Amino acid sequence: MSAALLIDILLWGSVLGVGLIAFRRGPPVFKASLREGSMDFINIVPRIALGVIGSGYIAAIIPQEVITGWLGPDSGWLGVASAVVAGAATPGGPVIGFSIGTVALKSGGGVPQVVAYVVAWALFAFQRVILWEIPFMPARFVWFRCAVSVPFPFVAAAIAMVIGKP
Amino acid sequence: MSELPSKAPAPAEDAESEPRPGRVRKPIGWSTIIIAALVAVSAALVWRRDGTEGVLDILTHDLSLFGGILPRVLAGCLLGAFISEILPHEKVSRSLGPKSGLMGLLIGAAFGAILPGGPFTAYPVASALLAVGADFGATIAMVVSWTLIGYGRAVAWEIPIMGTDFTLWRIVISLPLPVLAGALGRFVYVRLYPKPLAKDDES
Repeated sequence: MSAALLIDILLWGSVLGVGLIAFRRGPPVFKASLREGSMDFINIVPRIALGVIGSGYIAAIIPQEVITGWLGPDSGWLGVASAVVAGAATPGGPVIGFSIGTVALKSGGGVPQVVAYVVAWALFAFQRVILWEIPFMPARFVWFRCAVSVPFPFVAAAIAMVIGKP
Repeated sequence: MSELPSKAPAPAEDAESEPRPGRVRKPIGWSTIIIAALVAVSAALVWRRDGTEGVLDILTHDLSLFGGILPRVLAGCLLGAFISEILPHEKVSRSLGPKSGLMGLLIGAAFGAILPGGPFTAYPVASALLAVGADFGATIAMVVSWTLIGYGRAVAWEIPIMGTDFTLWRIVISLPLPVLAGALGRFVYVRLYPKPLAKDDES
Protein backbone atom coordinates (compact mmCIF):
# COMPACT_ATOMS: atom_id res chain seq x y z
CA MET A 1 0.00 0.00 0.00
CA SER A 2 2.65 2.50 1.04
CA ALA A 3 4.88 1.32 -1.79
CA ALA A 4 2.08 2.10 -4.24
CA LEU A 5 1.67 5.53 -2.67
CA LEU A 6 5.40 6.16 -2.98
CA ILE A 7 5.30 5.18 -6.64
CA ASP A 8 2.40 7.54 -7.27
CA ILE A 9 4.14 10.42 -5.51
CA LEU A 10 7.31 9.78 -7.49
CA LEU A 11 5.35 9.50 -10.71
CA TRP A 12 3.25 12.64 -10.34
CA GLY A 13 6.28 14.45 -8.93
CA SER A 14 8.15 13.69 -12.16
CA VAL A 15 5.16 14.81 -14.21
CA LEU A 16 5.06 18.05 -12.25
CA GLY A 17 8.79 18.53 -12.66
CA VAL A 18 8.89 18.13 -16.44
CA GLY A 19 5.61 20.03 -16.70
CA LEU A 20 7.20 22.96 -14.90
CA ILE A 21 10.17 22.90 -17.27
CA ALA A 22 7.77 22.88 -20.21
CA PHE A 23 5.80 25.74 -18.67
CA ARG A 24 8.92 27.85 -18.35
CA ARG A 25 9.50 27.40 -22.06
CA GLY A 26 6.26 29.29 -22.51
CA PRO A 27 2.55 28.57 -22.10
CA PRO A 28 2.10 27.53 -25.77
CA VAL A 29 4.68 24.76 -25.33
CA PHE A 30 3.00 23.71 -22.12
CA LYS A 31 -0.46 23.69 -23.65
CA ALA A 32 0.70 21.81 -26.72
CA SER A 33 2.28 19.03 -24.72
CA LEU A 34 -0.67 18.90 -22.37
CA ARG A 35 -2.95 18.39 -25.35
CA GLU A 36 -0.55 15.87 -26.87
CA GLY A 37 -0.44 13.89 -23.64
CA SER A 38 -4.20 13.92 -23.23
CA MET A 39 -4.69 12.76 -26.80
CA ASP A 40 -2.21 9.95 -26.22
CA PHE A 41 -4.12 9.00 -23.12
CA ILE A 42 -7.45 8.90 -24.94
CA ASN A 43 -5.89 6.81 -27.67
CA ILE A 44 -4.22 4.42 -25.29
CA VAL A 45 -7.13 3.78 -22.90
CA PRO A 46 -8.93 1.29 -25.18
CA ARG A 47 -5.71 -0.65 -25.72
CA ILE A 48 -4.96 -0.75 -22.02
CA ALA A 49 -8.54 -1.85 -21.37
CA LEU A 50 -8.15 -4.66 -23.87
CA GLY A 51 -4.82 -5.57 -22.30
CA VAL A 52 -5.98 -5.58 -18.69
CA ILE A 53 -9.26 -7.34 -19.23
CA GLY A 54 -7.91 -9.61 -21.91
CA SER A 55 -4.81 -10.77 -20.12
CA GLY A 56 -6.99 -11.79 -17.18
CA TYR A 57 -8.74 -14.29 -19.44
CA ILE A 58 -5.52 -15.46 -21.06
CA ALA A 59 -3.99 -15.94 -17.62
CA ALA A 60 -7.04 -17.90 -16.48
CA ILE A 61 -6.55 -20.55 -19.15
CA ILE A 62 -2.84 -21.04 -18.44
CA PRO A 63 -2.66 -23.34 -15.44
CA GLN A 64 0.22 -22.50 -13.13
CA GLU A 65 1.22 -26.17 -13.04
CA VAL A 66 2.11 -25.98 -16.71
CA ILE A 67 4.55 -23.16 -15.99
CA THR A 68 6.15 -24.88 -13.02
CA GLY A 69 6.24 -28.11 -15.02
CA TRP A 70 8.26 -26.43 -17.73
CA LEU A 71 10.62 -24.95 -15.22
CA GLY A 72 11.12 -28.18 -13.31
CA PRO A 73 12.68 -31.32 -14.62
CA ASP A 74 15.19 -30.79 -17.40
CA SER A 75 18.69 -29.63 -16.72
CA GLY A 76 21.18 -28.37 -19.27
CA TRP A 77 20.26 -26.34 -22.31
CA LEU A 78 16.94 -28.07 -22.85
CA GLY A 79 16.01 -26.97 -19.36
CA VAL A 80 17.15 -23.43 -20.15
CA ALA A 81 15.05 -23.39 -23.31
CA SER A 82 11.91 -24.58 -21.54
CA ALA A 83 12.57 -22.09 -18.73
CA VAL A 84 12.60 -19.31 -21.34
CA VAL A 85 9.24 -20.46 -22.70
CA ALA A 86 7.89 -20.66 -19.17
CA GLY A 87 9.09 -17.12 -18.43
CA ALA A 88 7.34 -15.71 -21.48
CA ALA A 89 4.13 -17.64 -20.74
CA THR A 90 3.93 -16.79 -17.04
CA PRO A 91 0.70 -14.93 -16.38
CA GLY A 92 0.32 -12.24 -13.74
CA GLY A 93 2.63 -9.70 -12.22
CA PRO A 94 6.01 -9.83 -10.48
CA VAL A 95 4.72 -11.67 -7.40
CA ILE A 96 3.77 -14.70 -9.44
CA GLY A 97 6.87 -14.63 -11.62
CA PHE A 98 9.35 -14.37 -8.76
CA SER A 99 7.42 -16.81 -6.57
CA ILE A 100 7.58 -19.44 -9.29
CA GLY A 101 11.32 -18.78 -9.57
CA THR A 102 11.76 -19.17 -5.82
CA VAL A 103 9.78 -22.40 -5.73
CA ALA A 104 11.88 -23.77 -8.57
CA LEU A 105 15.11 -22.87 -6.74
CA LYS A 106 13.95 -24.46 -3.50
CA SER A 107 12.70 -27.61 -5.17
CA GLY A 108 16.06 -28.23 -6.76
CA GLY A 109 15.81 -26.44 -10.08
CA GLY A 110 19.15 -25.54 -11.62
CA VAL A 111 20.40 -22.02 -10.97
CA PRO A 112 21.13 -21.25 -14.65
CA GLN A 113 17.62 -22.38 -15.54
CA VAL A 114 16.05 -20.15 -12.89
CA VAL A 115 18.19 -17.21 -14.06
CA ALA A 116 17.03 -17.85 -17.62
CA TYR A 117 13.45 -17.99 -16.36
CA VAL A 118 13.66 -14.70 -14.46
CA VAL A 119 15.45 -12.93 -17.31
CA ALA A 120 12.99 -14.29 -19.89
CA TRP A 121 10.11 -13.26 -17.67
CA ALA A 122 11.54 -9.74 -17.40
CA LEU A 123 12.04 -9.52 -21.15
CA PHE A 124 8.98 -11.25 -22.55
CA ALA A 125 6.25 -11.83 -19.95
CA PHE A 126 3.27 -11.73 -22.28
CA GLN A 127 1.06 -9.84 -19.89
CA ARG A 128 3.46 -6.90 -19.63
CA VAL A 129 3.97 -6.86 -23.39
CA ILE A 130 0.24 -6.89 -24.10
CA LEU A 131 -0.72 -4.58 -21.30
CA TRP A 132 2.01 -1.96 -21.44
CA GLU A 133 4.52 -2.24 -24.21
CA ILE A 134 2.20 -2.68 -27.21
CA PRO A 135 -0.18 0.13 -26.20
CA PHE A 136 2.61 2.63 -25.59
CA MET A 137 5.22 1.79 -28.21
CA PRO A 138 5.09 1.49 -31.99
CA ALA A 139 4.15 -2.12 -32.76
CA ARG A 140 7.14 -2.53 -35.04
CA PHE A 141 9.45 -1.60 -32.18
CA VAL A 142 7.86 -4.10 -29.81
CA TRP A 143 8.20 -7.07 -32.14
CA PHE A 144 11.70 -6.02 -33.10
CA ARG A 145 12.71 -5.60 -29.46
CA CYS A 146 11.31 -9.01 -28.53
CA ALA A 147 12.99 -10.75 -31.46
CA VAL A 148 16.33 -9.15 -30.71
CA SER A 149 16.06 -10.08 -27.02
CA VAL A 150 15.58 -13.81 -27.64
CA PRO A 151 19.26 -14.78 -27.26
CA PHE A 152 19.76 -12.99 -23.96
CA PRO A 153 18.13 -15.34 -21.44
CA PHE A 154 20.46 -17.96 -22.91
CA VAL A 155 23.43 -15.61 -22.57
CA ALA A 156 22.45 -15.00 -18.94
CA ALA A 157 22.23 -18.76 -18.31
CA ALA A 158 25.64 -19.24 -19.92
CA ILE A 159 27.17 -16.55 -17.70
CA ALA A 160 25.51 -18.18 -14.69
CA MET A 161 27.03 -21.54 -15.65
CA VAL A 162 30.48 -19.97 -15.95
CA ILE A 163 30.56 -17.88 -12.77
CA GLY A 164 28.63 -20.32 -10.60
CA LYS A 165 26.11 -19.94 -7.83
CA PRO A 166 25.42 -16.76 -5.90
CA MET B 1 23.48 12.57 -48.69
CA SER B 2 26.83 12.75 -50.52
CA GLU B 3 26.51 16.01 -52.44
CA LEU B 4 25.16 18.67 -50.17
CA PRO B 5 24.87 22.25 -51.36
CA SER B 6 28.07 23.89 -50.18
CA LYS B 7 26.40 26.55 -48.09
CA ALA B 8 25.11 23.98 -45.57
CA PRO B 9 28.14 22.84 -43.63
CA ALA B 10 26.07 21.44 -40.74
CA PRO B 11 25.74 17.65 -40.60
CA ALA B 12 22.78 16.49 -42.63
CA GLU B 13 20.97 14.59 -39.91
CA ASP B 14 20.93 17.64 -37.67
CA ALA B 15 19.36 19.72 -40.39
CA GLU B 16 16.83 17.01 -41.08
CA SER B 17 15.80 16.63 -37.49
CA GLU B 18 14.81 20.27 -37.31
CA PRO B 19 11.04 20.05 -37.98
CA ARG B 20 9.16 18.59 -35.10
CA PRO B 21 8.46 14.98 -36.02
CA GLY B 22 5.19 14.87 -34.13
CA ARG B 23 4.09 11.74 -32.42
CA VAL B 24 2.54 9.29 -34.77
CA ARG B 25 -0.61 7.73 -33.39
CA LYS B 26 -1.05 4.16 -34.27
CA PRO B 27 -4.19 3.02 -36.00
CA ILE B 28 -5.70 -0.23 -34.87
CA GLY B 29 -2.98 -2.51 -36.12
CA TRP B 30 -2.43 -6.21 -36.45
CA SER B 31 -1.13 -6.44 -32.91
CA THR B 32 -4.42 -5.21 -31.51
CA ILE B 33 -6.41 -7.54 -33.76
CA ILE B 34 -4.31 -10.56 -32.76
CA ILE B 35 -4.63 -9.70 -29.08
CA ALA B 36 -8.38 -9.21 -29.41
CA ALA B 37 -8.71 -12.60 -31.10
CA LEU B 38 -6.59 -14.23 -28.40
CA VAL B 39 -8.72 -12.63 -25.72
CA ALA B 40 -11.96 -13.74 -27.36
CA VAL B 41 -10.74 -17.34 -27.56
CA SER B 42 -9.53 -17.29 -23.95
CA ALA B 43 -12.77 -15.79 -22.70
CA ALA B 44 -14.71 -18.46 -24.58
CA LEU B 45 -12.57 -21.18 -22.99
CA VAL B 46 -13.11 -19.69 -19.54
CA TRP B 47 -16.84 -19.58 -20.22
CA ARG B 48 -16.88 -23.26 -21.23
CA ARG B 49 -14.95 -24.23 -18.13
CA ASP B 50 -16.42 -21.95 -15.46
CA GLY B 51 -19.64 -20.67 -17.00
CA THR B 52 -20.92 -17.11 -17.05
CA GLU B 53 -20.02 -16.61 -13.42
CA GLY B 54 -16.36 -17.33 -14.09
CA VAL B 55 -16.31 -14.88 -16.96
CA LEU B 56 -17.94 -12.16 -14.85
CA ASP B 57 -15.59 -12.81 -11.92
CA ILE B 58 -12.55 -12.14 -14.05
CA LEU B 59 -14.24 -9.16 -15.69
CA THR B 60 -15.06 -7.41 -12.41
CA HIS B 61 -11.62 -8.12 -10.99
CA ASP B 62 -9.91 -6.78 -14.10
CA LEU B 63 -12.19 -3.76 -14.33
CA SER B 64 -11.21 -2.68 -10.83
CA LEU B 65 -7.59 -3.25 -11.75
CA PHE B 66 -8.14 -1.13 -14.84
CA GLY B 67 -9.67 1.68 -12.79
CA GLY B 68 -6.67 1.66 -10.48
CA ILE B 69 -4.22 1.77 -13.35
CA LEU B 70 -5.84 4.62 -15.30
CA PRO B 71 -4.40 7.56 -13.31
CA ARG B 72 -0.92 6.14 -13.75
CA VAL B 73 -1.49 5.72 -17.45
CA LEU B 74 -2.49 9.37 -17.63
CA ALA B 75 0.62 10.36 -15.71
CA GLY B 76 2.73 8.26 -18.06
CA CYS B 77 1.22 9.89 -21.13
CA LEU B 78 1.77 13.38 -19.76
CA LEU B 79 5.33 12.50 -18.80
CA GLY B 80 6.03 11.24 -22.30
CA ALA B 81 4.48 14.31 -23.92
CA PHE B 82 6.36 16.79 -21.74
CA ILE B 83 9.64 14.97 -22.19
CA SER B 84 9.33 14.85 -25.96
CA GLU B 85 8.55 18.56 -25.88
CA ILE B 86 11.41 19.69 -23.65
CA LEU B 87 14.19 17.40 -24.86
CA PRO B 88 16.44 19.07 -27.41
CA HIS B 89 15.90 16.92 -30.47
CA GLU B 90 19.27 17.63 -32.01
CA LYS B 91 21.09 16.54 -28.89
CA VAL B 92 18.97 13.43 -28.52
CA SER B 93 19.55 12.30 -32.07
CA ARG B 94 23.23 13.00 -31.69
CA SER B 95 23.67 11.16 -28.41
CA LEU B 96 21.07 8.41 -28.89
CA GLY B 97 20.62 8.31 -32.65
CA PRO B 98 21.78 5.69 -35.16
CA LYS B 99 25.30 7.13 -35.24
CA SER B 100 25.74 7.48 -31.50
CA GLY B 101 27.88 4.34 -31.30
CA LEU B 102 28.65 2.49 -28.09
CA MET B 103 28.26 5.71 -26.12
CA GLY B 104 24.63 6.00 -27.20
CA LEU B 105 23.92 2.43 -26.09
CA LEU B 106 25.61 3.11 -22.75
CA ILE B 107 23.61 6.29 -22.23
CA GLY B 108 20.40 4.43 -23.09
CA ALA B 109 21.25 1.61 -20.69
CA ALA B 110 22.19 4.01 -17.89
CA PHE B 111 19.00 5.96 -18.40
CA GLY B 112 16.90 2.80 -18.26
CA ALA B 113 18.62 1.69 -15.08
CA ILE B 114 17.92 4.92 -13.18
CA LEU B 115 14.42 5.59 -14.51
CA PRO B 116 11.96 5.63 -11.61
CA GLY B 117 8.49 4.13 -11.65
CA GLY B 118 7.06 1.16 -13.45
CA PRO B 119 5.96 0.24 -16.96
CA PHE B 120 3.66 3.26 -16.97
CA THR B 121 6.74 5.50 -16.98
CA ALA B 122 9.26 3.36 -18.86
CA TYR B 123 7.29 2.79 -22.06
CA PRO B 124 5.91 6.33 -22.53
CA VAL B 125 9.39 7.73 -21.97
CA ALA B 126 10.92 5.19 -24.36
CA SER B 127 8.29 6.08 -26.91
CA ALA B 128 9.07 9.78 -26.46
CA LEU B 129 12.78 9.14 -26.97
CA LEU B 130 11.99 7.26 -30.15
CA ALA B 131 9.90 10.19 -31.35
CA VAL B 132 12.63 12.78 -30.75
CA GLY B 133 15.43 10.96 -32.52
CA ALA B 134 16.72 8.00 -30.54
CA ASP B 135 17.20 4.93 -32.73
CA PHE B 136 15.91 1.40 -32.09
CA GLY B 137 19.29 0.32 -30.73
CA ALA B 138 19.52 2.92 -27.97
CA THR B 139 15.84 2.55 -27.12
CA ILE B 140 16.18 -1.23 -26.88
CA ALA B 141 19.16 -0.74 -24.58
CA MET B 142 17.01 1.53 -22.44
CA VAL B 143 13.98 -0.76 -22.25
CA VAL B 144 16.03 -3.91 -21.62
CA SER B 145 18.08 -2.10 -19.00
CA TRP B 146 14.95 -0.86 -17.28
CA THR B 147 13.49 -4.34 -17.10
CA LEU B 148 16.69 -6.21 -16.20
CA ILE B 149 18.76 -3.89 -14.01
CA GLY B 150 16.31 -1.15 -13.07
CA TYR B 151 16.08 -0.93 -9.32
CA GLY B 152 12.33 -0.39 -9.10
CA ARG B 153 11.11 -3.92 -9.58
CA ALA B 154 14.19 -5.40 -7.92
CA VAL B 155 13.64 -3.47 -4.69
CA ALA B 156 9.88 -3.79 -4.60
CA TRP B 157 9.50 -7.44 -5.61
CA GLU B 158 12.60 -9.44 -6.45
CA ILE B 159 14.58 -8.89 -3.25
CA PRO B 160 11.63 -9.63 -0.92
CA ILE B 161 10.62 -12.75 -2.83
CA MET B 162 13.84 -14.19 -4.22
CA GLY B 163 16.29 -12.87 -1.66
CA THR B 164 19.07 -10.30 -1.82
CA ASP B 165 21.82 -12.72 -2.83
CA PHE B 166 20.03 -14.12 -5.82
CA THR B 167 18.79 -10.70 -6.93
CA LEU B 168 22.17 -8.97 -6.80
CA TRP B 169 23.84 -11.90 -8.47
CA ARG B 170 21.19 -11.97 -11.18
CA ILE B 171 21.62 -8.23 -11.75
CA VAL B 172 25.39 -8.60 -12.04
CA ILE B 173 24.87 -11.30 -14.67
CA SER B 174 22.44 -9.02 -16.49
CA LEU B 175 24.74 -5.99 -16.54
CA PRO B 176 26.17 -6.53 -20.04
CA LEU B 177 22.86 -7.56 -21.60
CA PRO B 178 21.21 -4.16 -22.31
CA VAL B 179 24.17 -2.87 -24.31
CA LEU B 180 24.49 -6.21 -26.13
CA ALA B 181 20.78 -6.21 -26.95
CA GLY B 182 20.98 -2.63 -28.18
CA ALA B 183 24.04 -3.44 -30.30
CA LEU B 184 22.34 -6.49 -31.79
CA GLY B 185 19.23 -4.41 -32.42
CA ARG B 186 21.19 -1.73 -34.21
CA PHE B 187 23.16 -4.32 -36.19
CA VAL B 188 19.99 -6.08 -37.37
CA TYR B 189 18.03 -2.87 -37.94
CA VAL B 190 20.61 -1.39 -40.28
CA ARG B 191 20.56 -4.56 -42.37
CA LEU B 192 16.79 -4.97 -42.27
CA TYR B 193 16.08 -1.38 -43.23
CA PRO B 194 19.24 -0.36 -45.09
CA LYS B 195 18.04 3.10 -46.07
CA PRO B 196 16.61 5.20 -43.29
CA LEU B 197 13.00 5.73 -44.23
CA ALA B 198 13.25 9.09 -42.49
CA LYS B 199 9.90 10.79 -42.15
CA ASP B 200 7.27 8.25 -43.08
CA ASP B 201 9.16 5.67 -41.10
CA GLU B 202 6.43 4.90 -38.62
CA SER B 203 3.25 5.42 -40.57
